[in-house]
Amino acid sequence: MEIILALLKVFGVLIGAVLAAAVLTWYERRMLGLWQDRLGPNRVWFFGIGIVVADMLKMFFKDDWIPPFADKPIFVMAPAIMLGSIWMAFAVVPFAPGIHVIDLNVGLLFFMGMSSMAVYGVLLGGLSSNSKFALIGGLRSAAQMVSYEVFMGLSLMGVVMITGSFSLVKIVEAQGDLWFVVTQFLGFIVFMIAGIAESHRLPFDLPEAEQELVQGFHTEYSGMSFGMYMVGEYMGVVLVSVFITTIFFGGWLGPDFLAWTGIAWLSTVTDFFWFAVKAAFFISFFVLLRAAMPRPRYDQLMSLGWKIMLPLTLLNLVVTGYVLLMQT
Amino acid sequence: MPKIVVDGISYEVDAGNNLLEALLNLKRDLPYFCWHPSMGSIGACRQCAVIQYRDEDDDTGRIVMACMTPVSEGTIFSTDTDSAKEFRRDVIENMMINHPHDCPVCEEGGECHLQDMTVMTGHRNRTYSGPKNTFRNQYLGPFIDHEMNRCITCYRCVRYYSDYAGGVDLAAFASRNNTYFGRHQDGILESEFAGNLVEVCPTGVFTDKTLSEHYTRKWDLQSAPSICVGCGAGCNTSASERYGQLRRIHNRFNDQVNGYFLCDRGRFGAGFVNNEDRIPQAGIRDSEGKYDRVSAEEALSHVADQLANSSGKVVGIGSPRASLESNYLLKQIVGEGNFYSGVSSKEQELTNCIIDIMRDGSVKTPSLAEVEEADAVLVLGQDLTNTAPRLALAVRQSVRNRSKELAVQAQIPLWQDAAVRELAQDELSPLVLLTSYADRLEDVASLSCHASATDIARIGFAVANRLNDRFTAVDGLSETDQKTVEEVVEILKAADRPLIVSGTGSQSKSVIEAAANIAWALQADNEQTAIMLCVPECNSLGVGLLERENSNTLTDLLDSTDTISTAIVLENDLFRRASTQQITAFAAKLEQLVVIDSLDNATVSLSDVVLPAATFAETEGTLVNNEGRAQRSFAVFEGAGDIQGSWQWLTNLGKALSREGFAALERIDSVTAECERSNDLLSGITKVAPTADYRVEGMKIARMTHRASGRTAMRANINVHEPKQPVDQESALAYTMEGISGPRAPLSAYVWSPGWNSNQAVHKFQTETGGPLSHVNPGIRLIEPAGNGSPQERYREVPQPRAAGAGSLALIPRYHIFGSDEMSARSKAIAELAPSSYLAIAPETAQRLSVVSKDGVEFTIGNRTLQLEVVVDSSVDDGCALFPAGLADTLDLMHQAQVSLQKAAGWTPRTTTQDKLIAKE
Amino acid sequence: MLENIISQFRTLYGVCSHMFRRYAKRGPMYEVVGKKKLWETVQYPEEMPYLAPRFRGRIVLTRDPDGEERCVACNLCASVCPPDCIALQKTEADDGRWYPEFFRINFSRCMMCGLCEEACPTYAIQLTPEFEMGEYHRENLIYEKEHLLIDGQGKYPGYSFYNVAGKSIAGKDKGDGDGEAPPVDIHSLLP
Repeated sequence: MEIILALLKVFGVLIGAVLAAAVLTWYERRMLGLWQDRLGPNRVWFFGIGIVVADMLKMFFKDDWIPPFADKPIFVMAPAIMLGSIWMAFAVVPFAPGIHVIDLNVGLLFFMGMSSMAVYGVLLGGLSSNSKFALIGGLRSAAQMVSYEVFMGLSLMGVVMITGSFSLVKIVEAQGDLWFVVTQFLGFIVFMIAGIAESHRLPFDLPEAEQELVQGFHTEYSGMSFGMYMVGEYMGVVLVSVFITTIFFGGWLGPDFLAWTGIAWLSTVTDFFWFAVKAAFFISFFVLLRAAMPRPRYDQLMSLGWKIMLPLTLLNLVVTGYVLLMQT
Repeated sequence: MPKIVVDGISYEVDAGNNLLEALLNLKRDLPYFCWHPSMGSIGACRQCAVIQYRDEDDDTGRIVMACMTPVSEGTIFSTDTDSAKEFRRDVIENMMINHPHDCPVCEEGGECHLQDMTVMTGHRNRTYSGPKNTFRNQYLGPFIDHEMNRCITCYRCVRYYSDYAGGVDLAAFASRNNTYFGRHQDGILESEFAGNLVEVCPTGVFTDKTLSEHYTRKWDLQSAPSICVGCGAGCNTSASERYGQLRRIHNRFNDQVNGYFLCDRGRFGAGFVNNEDRIPQAGIRDSEGKYDRVSAEEALSHVADQLANSSGKVVGIGSPRASLESNYLLKQIVGEGNFYSGVSSKEQELTNCIIDIMRDGSVKTPSLAEVEEADAVLVLGQDLTNTAPRLALAVRQSVRNRSKELAVQAQIPLWQDAAVRELAQDELSPLVLLTSYADRLEDVASLSCHASATDIARIGFAVANRLNDRFTAVDGLSETDQKTVEEVVEILKAADRPLIVSGTGSQSKSVIEAAANIAWALQADNEQTAIMLCVPECNSLGVGLLERENSNTLTDLLDSTDTISTAIVLENDLFRRASTQQITAFAAKLEQLVVIDSLDNATVSLSDVVLPAATFAETEGTLVNNEGRAQRSFAVFEGAGDIQGSWQWLTNLGKALSREGFAALERIDSVTAECERSNDLLSGITKVAPTADYRVEGMKIARMTHRASGRTAMRANINVHEPKQPVDQESALAYTMEGISGPRAPLSAYVWSPGWNSNQAVHKFQTETGGPLSHVNPGIRLIEPAGNGSPQERYREVPQPRAAGAGSLALIPRYHIFGSDEMSARSKAIAELAPSSYLAIAPETAQRLSVVSKDGVEFTIGNRTLQLEVVVDSSVDDGCALFPAGLADTLDLMHQAQVSLQKAAGWTPRTTTQDKLIAKE
Repeated sequence: MLENIISQFRTLYGVCSHMFRRYAKRGPMYEVVGKKKLWETVQYPEEMPYLAPRFRGRIVLTRDPDGEERCVACNLCASVCPPDCIALQKTEADDGRWYPEFFRINFSRCMMCGLCEEACPTYAIQLTPEFEMGEYHRENLIYEKEHLLIDGQGKYPGYSFYNVAGKSIAGKDKGDGDGEAPPVDIHSLLP
């Protein structure tokens, strides 16, 4: 029974993440349409949601062409690394009390480790393509990731200092009184910006800037290996959103509005509901950013990271440490 | 080398140049119209204005015309001062006032010097709004279109046509802005070099009518360097194709050969490539006597079977109009002893004699450029204008050397064209014409004399004897001839650079021998003596060299008693080489007659197997001109259907027969190399052009311009999937626009330079204006005289004077630039001007026969009775009868020395094609 | 710095507010498309979009006011065509008028850039507001002259090239064109 439940959780998270990413492709386009006075996909099924299935079918049946000039093994491996590492990061997310694959005592570190692994997917894909655009895309993403990784980790250290643990369940539970977004506001801002950069979403999608680089690191990819990058990217968006929710917005915490029924397991449902609502809000926010923000220049991106974000993070760390010391 | 300063930059330039030449030599751009490197400056168009400063302190300067300004040490000029630029722009604006809005419907558009210069000067908007002058056009013949509205009165046309080419029927009429360039009335332009007006005219007044019939803009033409096959002069041409048809021939500059000009046979005589009679596919005659179309492979295996199983001897008949490579391969297939050169013994003898003189003699054969330097020319028995037209134009330039000498004495620079001509007035260098009939060069000849070949030879021998008494004397010369001899001797003795010209035209070996004797006799006193001997066809000399060791001729073959089962004829209409009777009898004896040719002709009709050969435009090959210069011609496009170069047919045939050495032959380069190895006389032919693997920075040389259009639409009606461009395995040229072109390419397919779309761009390709091309090989001379400079008499056999028989007349071929040449006569435009057959006789003869012009005469040859129209011509010697050479009706007369005439009864005069033409217009 | 940050948020707010501005006036298209719509999207093929006369769609060859072909086969359109999808051959009528013997556009290569129209000196080749040219077979996208030639003058009525050119054709002798003086009498002795 234990095992079946564990397996259920594992597959639930695996499939759930992919499904979320798939629906997100449709959701993003609809939202963009709404914000840009357009329609978005609206032909297949209700509100055009069938486009998800249509896209998927198309992707599966396209020829997965491997360029003869590419470094074949690495070329094939790269999208798998990207998708796999993001998938792995979902393992430590507590969706509701007890609904998680594993509660690691180093959960936060595991997440950061996995998100760093994803960089290899991008970098190796760019390098192994043996194409100018892909190479430049890969190099850009490597530099961007390395820069933003630094304070992404540091921005979370305030939360860890307050909680005294890397376990995500502990972090959520520690927010029972007050969400960390209040006490760690600077950390939240920095983490969110770094998160966008990590998942190279607009406005920080310089590695795949289509106006300059065709498609950046995945220029040479086609068919399902391109699809893996696509899904990976959307899963990255979901991942960052659920982490923001978990770390700064109290995870599943929220009023248990179904408590009057007196059915025990319904409280888990409400918990998950609150979790999903919060995550959906951040996903929508990511989409809004895409609808509204132009892409910065590469040097602007770099100076934002090193000259503003890093000092802000360090300031946050120092202030948090000082306040904690004062309290003790 | 004086130093001049232009726009603040100091340059060293050649002394004696004018500023325009100097600037163009520096590869700087300066607009001009009336100046031409071959015709000098007259300062008529005012377009090349620049500012000249008195000294460094002078900041105003004055406007001078660059083409009229000599460069001297320390002169200071400016080309891009505002005032100079404004002046040039205003000049163009004034010229454009009356220029019609015609560019879209003008054949010059896209390669128009006026367009280029207008862009170069920056004149963009017309401000003039008044009425434009208009003119009526003239009909100028089948070659040239006239559209007088477009004229900018630069006078280049009349300067070229009258001053350079010696034409009399094109002139400037009326005055001021009514000036009109044309004939006194509609009619065919008389000069044989009128076609050059197309290139000389900087705008679209004179355009190529044959191109206009299937017009293509220059940028769409696919071009390749080619060699003219019209005569033995070997002029360089740039042949161009579009949609699988040869569209035009343009001049290709070669400072050693044709320079800037071509003759009309060369320019308009390539239409035979598009003739309806082209053989597109191989054919085998079936038992009913009809041809079955077969594939190339079938035809080859059929021929190979026939050759392998033939009961008797297999012979090959070569051709002087096929390339060296093709002749060589045929010789290898049939074997040394079974190869017969495709000419009569008579012609072979003449060609051999010419090679003897050029090779073993001591006198140099000049290039065409050197012919122009000669200061006294003696022509013996050769109608230059009609047999080697470009040579006639060169000889015409040589008579101007007197005026150049005078100009040098008077310290007038030679580019001051008008001044040089004014100074000399009518003084010309001597030109002596000893020919059988009136020649077009006679207007500039100081002495001309019409006689039969025998008499010419006798005069020639006598001249040699008078020049040097070691040479055989001639007895019994008439008093007039004696006087001629004295005059000729005087002229030749006085000359610094005498030139003797003769050739096979008179069909007489004595004439050639006499010419050689004169040259050798002269050389004893004058090292600068030169001799030029003309051969009839584009590769006569090449085949002569190839066949020098064992001379089997067609005549030998026809006379031989061996049983011959199979004959392979290479690009040769045998009916032009021997009499009809002989050829039909020969063909009847054969089991198989295999003919490789491009156009249907009488020989092809007799054949059992016919293989479609490529013309010069579809294959490559090496030709040797009458100077002994080997030059390579390249394919312009791939032949349609199964058409292949005859060398390719023969290579494949050799492979099918597993002949020794053929397995290694792949590209034409290997054939050329084998050919060179086989014969010492041909050493150097591999070096005349780059091989197929030649690359410039990894690229081939483009045949198309970078602006070629229509790639994805031109074949879309046949198949919507565009085929890959054909790959040229045989040469360094590519059938695409990719690759290099321009001055750096060692093969100049076409001439273009940024800002210079017209052929005037050639100065960017030259080391200096009028000088050699900077990267192109001008061909390699295979024959240099071996003599050690102490000339000795080799020819002692003076012909005996012809006995004046009252009844019989000596038959002399009269050559026609349009019609006498086999291939060019089958071009539509040339055919329009070809004469119909006739017999020209002296008035005295006519009186005796009691005939007048347009009457008919009757005579018997062999067992045939022929009738021809009579033309009474006072320039014909009594006792001679001239017939047009090379026409189908008169071919058999070529093998007849004498003829007895009588008036034909019941003759109805015909209207000739030319008469009809004029009547139409 | 602060200003910049605020500006970013203002942008976000501005874009986000599109969600709620149901009947806001949105530029010139609003009047054309109709006031009911919330979006700019035209639901083709149920609705036809408005196409301006300058729209670069199917290419046609037009005729001059006399009903003759305007095209003079000058080849400028072919030479300027980036995908090289125009091929033609000049031929000449008895009166000297140039016209194309064939004129072929490979629409499977054409990218509707309109450079041919700009290059055309006679207003012959014109792009029209028609774009529904889909075919199942590429062969059907090869348009020959008979498919291209229309009976009208297209966007430029009244223009006839030969009236302003110097070449004479039937019905227009030398000197009859616009702004042309009568032909010069070269035999005249007058200065």
